[in-house]
Amino acid sequence: MSWAPPTDPVNKKPLKVSQLCEICHCRKAVIKRPKNLQKVCKECFFYVFETEIHNTIVNNNLFQRGEKVAVGASGGKDSTVLCYLMKLLNERYDYGIDIYLLSIDEGIVGYRDDSLATVMRNQKQYGLPLEIFSFRDLYNWTMDEIVAVAGIRNSCTYCGVFRRQALDRGAQKLGINHVVTGHNADDMAETVLMNILRGDVARLEKSTAIVTSSGGSPIKRTKPFKYSYQKEIVLYAHYKKLDYFSTECTYAPEAFRGTARELMKNLEAVRPSCIIDIIRSGENLVLKEKEQRFAKKPATSSSSKPQFVDGNRCERCNYLSSNKICKACMLLEGLEKTRASVTIESDVSSHGAAKTLRNLEKLSF
Amino acid sequence: MVKVKVEFLGGLDVVVNKVRVHDINLMVDNATLRDLVNYICNDMITNPNDIEVFIEDESIRPGIITLINDTDWELEGEMEYELEDGDVISFTSTLHGG
Repeated sequence: MSWAPPTDPVNKKPLKVSQLCEICHCRKAVIKRPKNLQKVCKECFFYVFETEIHNTIVNNNLFQRGEKVAVGASGGKDSTVLCYLMKLLNERYDYGIDIYLLSIDEGIVGYRDDSLATVMRNQKQYGLPLEIFSFRDLYNWTMDEIVAVAGIRNSCTYCGVFRRQALDRGAQKLGINHVVTGHNADDMAETVLMNILRGDVARLEKSTAIVTSSGGSPIKRTKPFKYSYQKEIVLYAHYKKLDYFSTECTYAPEAFRGTARELMKNLEAVRPSCIIDIIRSGENLVLKEKEQRFAKKPATSSSSKPQFVDGNRCERCNYLSSNKICKACMLLEGLEKTRASVTIESDVSSHGAAKTLRNLEKLSF
Repeated sequence: MVKVKVEFLGGLDVVVNKVRVHDINLMVDNATLRDLVNYICNDMITNPNDIEVFIEDESIRPGIITLINDTDWELEGEMEYELEDGDVISFTSTLHGG
């Protein structure tokens, strides 16, 4: 897909004092920062936006000198700005890190192929090495095939589980132990809200961490945009004329997340600081100790149950998993069953529902 | 009459036949941004179902960034802004996948 930069406006009007930037007091303010309602000009916006991300990186000790870092690049606005900024800040502040672009091809025709074309253009523009790993190579399934057998409703579940693992595996193959992703403040607040609304207490505590990694995993994930507003990321890309891809995925977005996002956007319109406020609430939330919460439960035959320890490995693929078999392998197993029945009994497709039911009966955990 | 350039960015072009940049002659005296938005809803958005992608409660839907000559519309009087010849108005969706 071709890309044309946004048009530069030509209308220049005389300025009123009240229109001036509140930082430099000499240029026209173009944005009102959602974080603190400060009016700033383009140049000051670039400076404060970049510096805040640098501060987030330094205060949280995200990078070690000499480290190899993979940027999860989808071609979308967040990851495009992330690639650009990682390169810029690494040069400006001399973090001494080697940056790689890491993309996952889920195999969604008309969506991911176009977005990967954007990543390839970015790779040339920024001169960074790029590696693409595909669902086809890693799992022998593409998302298009998965949706064909599993239906459109579950597409995000499969895609999410597989992509998370694919990023780790891709990084491991490149000998990289650190993946940075473009998750921004809006995403994080949205996740906190979703976990609260679902009562998912176990995830709630972890959902605001800037560095995440499963115990024993060699690969850590960090989110330098944790405190960056979506709006500012989009404006940064707009003013810098960065080339990003912005088409909605062909498959239905996760309904619950979509609703949570809408709620967040409406809240933001009334009170822009609420996004950061929700993250702060999430960060300061401390849950009671597990033993205490389950103290009243009668003791079960815990000796016969396998102990779920962080750092366990999946019996099939050797990927980290808290269960005997990891989520990706469980999903794959389900998919393989459907594929077999589809190919053998494609001529009796009218009995599909009954066949699925029989398959379901055979399922065991 | 006023002549402006309107851009639909960040994936929002789906509501206007996937054309990102439009040159528009608005046949209204002292036209404001509200007149432009009405024009977009009545004459540019082909599928009536797409209007709610763009508009919510008679204003631009939260999550769409409106820029008037690259300046956030909040700083320019929002819907009451009086259009001038040569203005560039851009609507950028932040709701589309990142």
